[in-house]
Amino acid sequence: MARLITHYLTPLLIFFLLLIAWISLAYGSTSVGVFDGLSAWFNNEQTEAALIIGEIRLPRTLLALIVGAALGMSGAALQGLLRNPLAEPGLVGASQGAALGAATVFYYGVFAALGTLATAVAGLLGAIAALFFMLLLSGSGRPALVIMAGLAISTVAGAALAVVLNFAPNPYAMQELVFWLMGSVSNRGLDSLIILFPALIIGCALILSQRRLLAALSLGEPVAESMGFSVKKGSRITVLGAACLVGSSVSVAGAIGFIGLLVPHMLRPFVGHRPDKLLIPAALLGAILVCLADIAVRGMPLGRELKLGVLTSLIGAPFFVWLVWKERKKWL
Amino acid sequence: MALNPTLLEVEQLSVSKRLNGVTFTHQRGELLGLIGANGAGKSTLLHAIAGLQESMGSIKINEHSINAIPPHERARTVGIQPQAVTSAWALTVADIVALGRMPWGDEDEAAIERAIERAGISEFRDRIIDQLSGGERARVWLARVLAGEPQLLLVDEPIASLDIHYQLAVMEVLKNYSRENNGVIVAIHDLSLAARFCDRLCLLDKGELIALGTPAEVLTEALLSRAYGIPVDIDLDRNPPVVLPR
Repeated sequence: MARLITHYLTPLLIFFLLLIAWISLAYGSTSVGVFDGLSAWFNNEQTEAALIIGEIRLPRTLLALIVGAALGMSGAALQGLLRNPLAEPGLVGASQGAALGAATVFYYGVFAALGTLATAVAGLLGAIAALFFMLLLSGSGRPALVIMAGLAISTVAGAALAVVLNFAPNPYAMQELVFWLMGSVSNRGLDSLIILFPALIIGCALILSQRRLLAALSLGEPVAESMGFSVKKGSRITVLGAACLVGSSVSVAGAIGFIGLLVPHMLRPFVGHRPDKLLIPAALLGAILVCLADIAVRGMPLGRELKLGVLTSLIGAPFFVWLVWKERKKWL
Repeated sequence: MALNPTLLEVEQLSVSKRLNGVTFTHQRGELLGLIGANGAGKSTLLHAIAGLQESMGSIKINEHSINAIPPHERARTVGIQPQAVTSAWALTVADIVALGRMPWGDEDEAAIERAIERAGISEFRDRIIDQLSGGERARVWLARVLAGEPQLLLVDEPIASLDIHYQLAVMEVLKNYSRENNGVIVAIHDLSLAARFCDRLCLLDKGELIALGTPAEVLTEALLSRAYGIPVDIDLDRNPPVVLPR
């Protein structure tokens, strides 16, 4: 059975992704035919079905899929690059950096000339800066140092974020930002896809171009270097790719934690633990999980909305505890 | 194309504070042992030859300066197994050996098979690296670098922490590989095994090459007590030869 899954992993994941996407389109308080709605929307008809499917559910579904794919892929890439199963966009400081960048734009109108792109660009820059400083601080790929450096950078970014909030001109800034940071893919509209989709393509392309390096790095930097790789250059490209993915998804959907941590772990046994073979399945499973979580969020009783990021954290945090426990047992 | 018998020429090689003006040549078909106390510069020398360590002086492989060879080309010619390698992930033995083909950008089944054969690890090729003993792992690391079929193989202390059975097994693998018209340089602490297996020895002391020659020329009491700072008993006429601290 496990062997079968291993063999057909990518096709299986694609199948589930399409299935979940379909369910996401079909699921909601009003029952609408997905086909009818989609075709009506494509033909620019102003029917109720076209509006619900095309204007509400389609953007939300696509957003969930893209954000999930970005988080899954970046988690797999960062774990491979740092040779650390705990590396995750949230734990290495990238998410906080992106949040800081995006929040600065929100409240002070930096990069106003870029219009709707401004938050995404700022998020991207924030994520790059955070990852850059994290790598600078940790020096090498030593696992404990990476986590410590990530924690340090997250703390710095968190402090800076507090300063931004403290002096925000808008009195409701705190509440807005906290809600936004909880992560959600609702009410974002198709516009945000204009930013997210290219960022996904570019980020994935950058990371996939370095997949051989990730495989070589399994045996450490000297071995990879001796195989003819420029570890420094490859690391930069990978980090840039991951920052692209995390920065754009955080700036659009807020912080959706633990997907980047969880997904690679779930898949590793099925790809023989190979970091290079993990990347695409991680993107697919990330997309599936975020979309699934979003369906669950929509299924909650009406009233106060449970934020998507809160749900993924609720599920992800115990998993993280379990990982630490497992790691501890190795050392006892 | 006839291969030049001189594979490696190292001239006045220096690495700040660690190596000072090391000069030697290394022939195809030769197993060269690198000996010396901890911190004498053995690993630094191997890393410099592999291009992992910035150095001054000249390193030529097949008469081409190492700096003039593109990294991937260099990686195909020179394979190094650094000391104390670990795998970050629970990879299978076969996958780890296949990583040795990285410089070539292929997964040449025949080369991988030959490497597995040479290192004698076919019985556990499908096992996970974490589940193997130290001795088994040492041969897997060796198979990994052998899979690239480098003309020059550099190995940094492959037998440290192995039991005597595996020490012999690993040294046999290195000896046999050198006999296939390849160059092999091995950093080694066990002087008895160095005397037994190596064609020539290179003795380093505080970053300087103080002796180069056959085991009989290098393993003398005067040289060894200078390099290691303790008196040694040497009996090279015994079979196998013995070199022990007194």
